[in-house]
Amino acid sequence: MNFIENPKKLRGFEKHVRIEKVSRRSILKGLGITGGFVLAAPVMSRQALAYETGAGKMPHGVVVDPRVFVAIAPDGIVTIVAHRSEMGTGVRTSLPLIVAEELEADWTKVRVQQAHGDEVKFGNQDTDGSRSTRHYLIPMRQIGASARTMLEQAAAKRWGVPATEVKAVNHEVVHSATSRKLGFGELAADAAREPLPSIEGLKLKDPKDFRYLTKGQVSIVDLRDITTGRARYGADVRLPGMKYAVIARPPVTGGKLVSFDPAEALKVPGVEKVMEVRGWPWPSKFQPLGGVAVIARNTGAAIKGRDALKIVWDDGPNGKYESVAYRKELEEASRKPGLVVRKEGDADAALKTADKVIVGEYYIPHLAHVSMEPPVAVANVKDGKAEIWAPVQSPGGTREDVAKTLGIPEDSVSVNVTLLGGGFGRKSKCDFALEAALLSKELGAPVKVQWTREDDIHNGFLHTVSVERIEAGLDKSGKVIAWRHRSVAPSIASTFAAGTVHQAPFELGMGLVDMPFEIANISCENPEAAAHTRIGWFRSVSNIPRAFAVQSMVGEIAQATGRDPKDMLLELIGSPRIIKLDSVKDLWNYGEPYDSYPIDTARMRKVVELVAEKGEWGRSLPKGRGLGIAVHRSFVSYIATIVEVAVDDKGKLTIPRVDTAIDCGTYVNPERIHSQIEGAAIMGLSLAKYGEITFKDGKVQQKNYDDFPVIRMDESPLVTNVHIVPPGADTPPSGVGEPGVPPFAPALINAIFAATGKRIRSLPIGKQLEA
Amino acid sequence: MIKIKINGQEQSWDGDPDLPLLWYLRDEAGLTGTKYGCGQALCGACTVIVDKEAVRACITSINDVAGREVTTIEGLHPSGDHPVQKAWRQLNVPQCGFCQAGQIMQAAALLMDNQKPSHDQIREAMSGNICRCGCYQRIENAVHLASTGV
Repeated sequence: MNFIENPKKLRGFEKHVRIEKVSRRSILKGLGITGGFVLAAPVMSRQALAYETGAGKMPHGVVVDPRVFVAIAPDGIVTIVAHRSEMGTGVRTSLPLIVAEELEADWTKVRVQQAHGDEVKFGNQDTDGSRSTRHYLIPMRQIGASARTMLEQAAAKRWGVPATEVKAVNHEVVHSATSRKLGFGELAADAAREPLPSIEGLKLKDPKDFRYLTKGQVSIVDLRDITTGRARYGADVRLPGMKYAVIARPPVTGGKLVSFDPAEALKVPGVEKVMEVRGWPWPSKFQPLGGVAVIARNTGAAIKGRDALKIVWDDGPNGKYESVAYRKELEEASRKPGLVVRKEGDADAALKTADKVIVGEYYIPHLAHVSMEPPVAVANVKDGKAEIWAPVQSPGGTREDVAKTLGIPEDSVSVNVTLLGGGFGRKSKCDFALEAALLSKELGAPVKVQWTREDDIHNGFLHTVSVERIEAGLDKSGKVIAWRHRSVAPSIASTFAAGTVHQAPFELGMGLVDMPFEIANISCENPEAAAHTRIGWFRSVSNIPRAFAVQSMVGEIAQATGRDPKDMLLELIGSPRIIKLDSVKDLWNYGEPYDSYPIDTARMRKVVELVAEKGEWGRSLPKGRGLGIAVHRSFVSYIATIVEVAVDDKGKLTIPRVDTAIDCGTYVNPERIHSQIEGAAIMGLSLAKYGEITFKDGKVQQKNYDDFPVIRMDESPLVTNVHIVPPGADTPPSGVGEPGVPPFAPALINAIFAATGKRIRSLPIGKQLEA
Repeated sequence: MIKIKINGQEQSWDGDPDLPLLWYLRDEAGLTGTKYGCGQALCGACTVIVDKEAVRACITSINDVAGREVTTIEGLHPSGDHPVQKAWRQLNVPQCGFCQAGQIMQAAALLMDNQKPSHDQIREAMSGNICRCGCYQRIENAVHLASTGV
């Protein structure tokens, strides 16, 4: 904890608990293969906490130090650092709230300060993988408890009483025996000189004494600023002398600039300069694609200038990428054996002897993130130093990549994290910040690089495109005795390494090898697929196609056997048990230790049963309406969804009601869980109904929200109900931001089948219900 | 020289008359509450009120609003307590928040035109504004709340 006169000076305090410094951030980090393992201050012992997380294995691990995260001013105002990025999940509120809870701080006297990118100081800052609460619930509690302990020690010394006799209560320390009280502000200077308590000896609050955690009564800290236009996103940063830039980038991944003619662009009023931007060959992680930048006095002029550019591109090796032909390639690959990544029993033999085999081939095309705020960054590079302002999910990674790209040391780079106008995985890639840094260096002036919506769709890091083929073998009684699932999709790893044809463990672990059904003969396979564009993380990642395929197949089996789909689902999940996956070489498990986060079918059954009860499964509906159900475990949470759909005689669909049950273990802010799940229904409906990016001649064919539509209010569900499973005493926290999306599409598709008898196996639904 | 009134203040511009109002507001006037989302009037993130009508600033040139009165999110209410803004806060509407200024301006314009919109009317009037986070249920309820008294 710091004593400070001015919270803005917080950055000056550089002392922190560190055990090791990781030498480099491996590009393989995101592939689930961490380059250097760091255990910073470890979380408390297992006896005390009953669970461990994978937090320590993230790059730069965890820093548990109140002097880094907490500062108290003489007026009692407590400043708490949020070291993760806010993109709409509420994390900028939730993590500081955890600290405030343990600190016994009064939330109305707490201010939140956004951390700059510095993982040595703050620990891992990658805001992705639905990890923030999961990894930081305990460390943030420890930080708050440490600061509280220091305040209590300082008060005890001041009064000359044993520390055990004093207690922090709502922004004061009290000695009840003598009715004495001291405010946090009065104690701060002394408390800052107290020794740091040992983590092992900390006394955490009894959850029954929580004032804020689990209550859901605290609004997000940026609420007033957001509603008054004062909230600052990446695009809102303005520096004196700042130039505005847009960039024309190669339209085909792997393409490059041949020549350009700037003459017409330079005639546009407000355009000041046209210049080449350095590009890197594909694949090269998040490095810029290169192209031609138009520099102007405002963004409008820059866009108009870019429209007037004449550019010749060399399209390179992906100039023939075409979506219809590529889909055929994937389908053909899915019909032949592939790399076996899970094997139990003998699925091939069992499928041969099965009484009936049901085959489903499911397709989901590329998707674009289209966060409301397109990528944007401001950079000011001068005198060998770089300062960046950007809406990035990975401030630490951005700092490393800017340093590498400019060839300067990391400590010469500072990264200021603004609010993110949506992220969904797109802003885990810092290419836009690298572009701004390169341009600012050359211009010798601060510059903002603004991506247009068209740029966002044409030059992004798309969700993969996949064929998931499942064959289920049934015996005479209708019991499923064999399951063969082949997943074919270009891997995110292809963005890091040329020649990648197999999916990485972290992709295979999203609903393929961790499939939870109790079936005697299982084979999961991964045939080869090469990438022809940049593939990246998109909210929920491979869980989207996997849940769609697996949960659609459950509906198909129910149909074939005349069973109720919910009963069929429970039968397939089988007995309550912890699943053993001995045949899986690398069960990623979202980076979490399996002991703390096993695949627990009792929890999966419970969300199915809860959603069936609350969602009134089996209720009678008029003609043209139907219910569909789906369940999926992802980001170590369990989620089940029931969608009610109405399809009219023209094939137009509406969604009268959605119910979702989530078991995310111990949680912090149920109000934000509701908002995430409500939003997940919209994103799930968007991708199911409309989501499709296609390629022709290597180029993305869509350009904006007109030809890549997302759901608007008039098509949104009339009501979305969220039901949270109360956690067990020691149930570890698990993900919330991403798990809501995957079960939505299959629940919808199963509902459409119930309403119409039509089985949709290819997304988006588009016009398939018409005529 | 083009003269316009923005949030009650007279402003003038002698640059490109075709410059979209959005970029004038954001880059020249420093009013960054109005957001860029698509540039094609498809998403509504740039919605401002011109006289009493909601317009998309991204396809409205500065020349189009010459002599007219433009209200942005910064000028909707002196202390940020317009009934729509209050309803938004009461129902914890935003997630990332980026589209919300446009949503709020659209909702405020709707309520100027129709003080008691039905849910169907709200859903129709607000459907030009995209929220990628998917806050629609709360937006709909907040507009309703604003119309019935916060």
